[in-house]
Amino acid sequence: SAHGAGGKATQTLVEAVFLDAFRNPALEPLGDAAELTVGGERVAMTTDSFVVSPLFFPGGDIGDLAVNGTVNDLAVAGATPRYLSCGFIIEEGFEVADLRSIVSSMTAAADAAGVALVTGDTKVVGKGSGDGCYLNTTGIGTLDPDRALGVHTVRPGDAVLVSGPVGDHGVTIMLERGELDIDADLESDTAPLNGLCRGLLDAVPGVRAMRDATRGGVATVLNEVARAAQVSVVVEEDAVPVREEVRGACELLGIDPLYVACEGRFVAVVDGAQAETAVAALRSQPLGAGARVIGHVGDDPPGLVLLKTGFGGTRIVDLLVGDPLPRIC
Amino acid sequence: MRREARVEGVVQGVGFRPFVHTLARRLGLAGHVGNDADGVFLAVEGSSEGVARFLDALKAEAPPLAVIDRIEVTEVPPLGAARFDILPSPPGGVANTLVSADSATCADCLRELADPGDRRYRYPFVNCTNCGPRFTIVRGVPYDRPRTTMAGFALCRDCAREYADPADRRFHAQPVCCPACGPRLRLGTAEGDDALRVAVRLLGEGRVLAVKGLGGYHLAVAAASEPAAAALRSRKHREDKPFAIMVPDLAVAGDLCEVDPVAERLLTGRRRPIVLLPRRRAAPVAPSVAPGNRMLGVLLPYTPLHHLLLTDFAAPIVLTSANVSDEPIVFRDDEARDRLSGIADAFLTHDRPIHVRTDDSVARTFRGRAQLQRRSRGYAPEPVVVGQDFRRHVLACGAELKNTFCLAKGRHAFLSHHIGDLENYETLRSFTEGIEHFGRLFDIAPEIVAHDLHPEYLSTKYALDLAESGTVEPVGVQHHHAHIAACLADNAESGPVLGVAFDGTGYGTDHTIWGGEFLLADLAGFRRVGHLEPVRMPGGTAAVRQPWRMAAAYLGATDDTGDLDVVRRHAREWPAVVSMAASGVNAPLTSSAGRLFDAVAALLGVRDTTNYEGQAAIELEQLADPAVRGGYPAGISAADPVTVSGADLVKSVVDDLRAGRAVDVVAARFHNGVAEAIRGVCARLREATGVGTVALSGGVFQNVLLLDRTVDLLEGRGFRVLTHSRVPTNDGGVSLGQAVVAANTTGPVRQ
Ligand SMILES: [Fe+3]
Ligand SMILES: [Mg+2]
Ligand SMILES: [Zn+2]
Ligand SMILES: [Zn+2]
Repeated sequence: SAHGAGGKATQTLVEAVFLDAFRNPALEPLGDAAELTVGGERVAMTTDSFVVSPLFFPGGDIGDLAVNGTVNDLAVAGATPRYLSCGFIIEEGFEVADLRSIVSSMTAAADAAGVALVTGDTKVVGKGSGDGCYLNTTGIGTLDPDRALGVHTVRPGDAVLVSGPVGDHGVTIMLERGELDIDADLESDTAPLNGLCRGLLDAVPGVRAMRDATRGGVATVLNEVARAAQVSVVVEEDAVPVREEVRGACELLGIDPLYVACEGRFVAVVDGAQAETAVAALRSQPLGAGARVIGHVGDDPPGLVLLKTGFGGTRIVDLLVGDPLPRIC
Repeated sequence: MRREARVEGVVQGVGFRPFVHTLARRLGLAGHVGNDADGVFLAVEGSSEGVARFLDALKAEAPPLAVIDRIEVTEVPPLGAARFDILPSPPGGVANTLVSADSATCADCLRELADPGDRRYRYPFVNCTNCGPRFTIVRGVPYDRPRTTMAGFALCRDCAREYADPADRRFHAQPVCCPACGPRLRLGTAEGDDALRVAVRLLGEGRVLAVKGLGGYHLAVAAASEPAAAALRSRKHREDKPFAIMVPDLAVAGDLCEVDPVAERLLTGRRRPIVLLPRRRAAPVAPSVAPGNRMLGVLLPYTPLHHLLLTDFAAPIVLTSANVSDEPIVFRDDEARDRLSGIADAFLTHDRPIHVRTDDSVARTFRGRAQLQRRSRGYAPEPVVVGQDFRRHVLACGAELKNTFCLAKGRHAFLSHHIGDLENYETLRSFTEGIEHFGRLFDIAPEIVAHDLHPEYLSTKYALDLAESGTVEPVGVQHHHAHIAACLADNAESGPVLGVAFDGTGYGTDHTIWGGEFLLADLAGFRRVGHLEPVRMPGGTAAVRQPWRMAAAYLGATDDTGDLDVVRRHAREWPAVVSMAASGVNAPLTSSAGRLFDAVAALLGVRDTTNYEGQAAIELEQLADPAVRGGYPAGISAADPVTVSGADLVKSVVDDLRAGRAVDVVAARFHNGVAEAIRGVCARLREATGVGTVALSGGVFQNVLLLDRTVDLLEGRGFRVLTHSRVPTNDGGVSLGQAVVAANTTGPVRQ
């Protein structure tokens, strides 16, 4: 189970197995999306598979999750999402009504994001070989001609923002699996981020990088930034927006919201001088109403993410190797 | 006759050459003495009686700071020498020598401090070859003044004369100084004695004083003043963890606490740890100093500044590490101003820089022996001699909390000072800088890096990064094996033993959390031959911070618990936590003994959430009535590995609670039951393995009641029992254990 938690184990798996075998210049940066040139046009391409359980949850289902996830990977790469493909792997005996409902939320999500679902594929696997239904989506978007984003461009003095409260999706899913005797009024944050990303890019010339905070949450994104740019990222604990219900559930579950997956939030690093403009641009759209500056980039210690706690302590927020196990005695 | 000798150990910078010189002259012997890379070499020539007496006295009368590992004597023909010479050190000094620990002010210096006729009368930085700062001021090797934080203080003529005179107590004392040329005391704009006067007045007014000591800043308040102690607690954000008390002298220590002879030696010795002592009921100490604790941590002044402060104030003071919450002790002056401005009302400080942050050591006595709970100032960086050779240079990175590291080569394991909790960035920096500093001081370039198996320990990550970037061979050592190996090394033994490792948390080879382990172990390996039955930790780390969750895990989904106070206190969260335990969602399995103590502490209403490590178990021990005999039974399976049912103990606790039994009796029976279970398992394992020696290690054995009962029961059954003494039983000892295991599991030097 360690592979897939979104931490170092996944990273090592990707680097050990796939990167070497498939090595090419477009893959190498391992960004959210690959940047390509097709017929003189700069495009971005990304693919993602969805194996969420349960398939239906408050705030969404696997269908809109699959559309939004791919739209968001394109959006945070600075692209304008255009076309999506969709592959279904369906377990024998899966209810047609459920399939219809998934397809209809995909259509709605695609409409909301302004993308077209243009090709697809369906496979049926034997009973017990799948968890009801798996989805894969691939997306293509167009890139601005001369805008270079990337975590390696981050530099000391930059500001770090999140587009809204964190942790909603991951906690919702944990509770929705029905194993826990916990009631909480929660919804997944799944949403298309292309409008919000576009708004930020238009308002702020000094956007260095954007990353959607999916698996491994905000903490994992910040570690990617710190390592790629060899900078320090210092986060103010009190500045990280977390909904009261999410914080309560996280405390009960004993998990740190910084590591919980979101499906409709992204982290942006922008020129420190343009932080205010960036927050204003995000807050001008409903999806960015909860946007905040959560920290800043420094030069020391390179490669580490630090959390300034309420008491003035400085805790290391490390990339998790696998599932978190207690370290304290 | 003529004899040549080599002396190895801590023999440089401690006045060894002048001692040899004086001794030889007293006995009418000729010859010489000098320093080199391996220690001290010497030759004596004269009457056979004189030479024999010289060799006897060499170890017996050595200077107080000398630690002699080995004296090797060779017979050589007489040369007809007529004089005794001290040979100068080789140019560029001597590398590869041992650095002495910081040492409490000696009696000679104290006499000067109190003598109005002496030029160092009331000088807060008086020191000599036999005492004073060492490790905390050493920047590099070889150990001489330019490579200490005294480099900025040029010797005056008087001090220079003392420094150069082989007959003087200050011959080659690197930190030597006086009011004319040395560091100055300051408080605001007041200097010297004026600063002290203000400090004493502020203490009397109940103010919080920051005091710069040897290894860092302390915070001080009058120990009898409740408002002062309470203010210190709230400003430091330190909820309940006891404060240490510095007392003017041994007599006052005796007024506050019972002081046995071993404790007396610890209190007055040159290493001066904080000593945990049973407090007297009428001890005039404010309640906030050590809330609900039967013990007080007491120490005597160990620098001239402390002596002056305590003499003038003439009453005990709280003296606690200056930091905020879990931060490491503050040791830089600018940092002190920044971090402590909201805590301290005034700063009693000076201009001698501290190079290495070093906390006070903590000790207690157990059956006529000292037991170190934190081995730091006064002990580090002196090596622990463990009775084995490190043929390759080893770095052992230690655990995550209470971290120490250990660098080893030859016969020496250089166990570091207390580093602290690595999750804190400042602490992690102390860790990495400390490793580099020790490597330079002792000329150790690691060929092997030993580390814990826990993938998330920052010490593990450091070790693996080091291994990845170089030619260093990584060796993973299981946490509890390291504990048992540390206990073996502490006793200079090599096993095999039945190792009982009881602690809070350690990563197991099956990827679950261990902590109630019986290991058939030696220095090279182990087999897990028994353990506590695993239970879930609902919420992982949250279950460590909230012991009531462990009560929920042990009681499980049984419906008939509604009458229990712990369930009522957590009625809202209880079903959720029970469901986490049942489903395993963020509820890892653990065989931890610490968690079992937590569950019982919560059941008995001792504590539902902890503010420091081990707090619930510590308070449970305080609650237990040591006069109560007899313990609850725990089921022991016949399986391999043997398992012990913690749930049986919990069930008996619940039954007795329901029967209205007094909690101090229940707490005692639980302790006794755990001890009996250990004896039961060890008896069974002895039958199966033929091994009759038991080594006890792990943080849970800081519990004196449990340790005492366990040793009694085991010895009653004819076991030989090894316990800790020189090295902490808690995670502070883990790095030493890792080092010896790594040295015993790796091959010879590669060609
Ligand atoms: Fe431990
Ligand atoms: Mg993705
Ligand atoms: Zn002295
Ligand atoms: Zn002087």
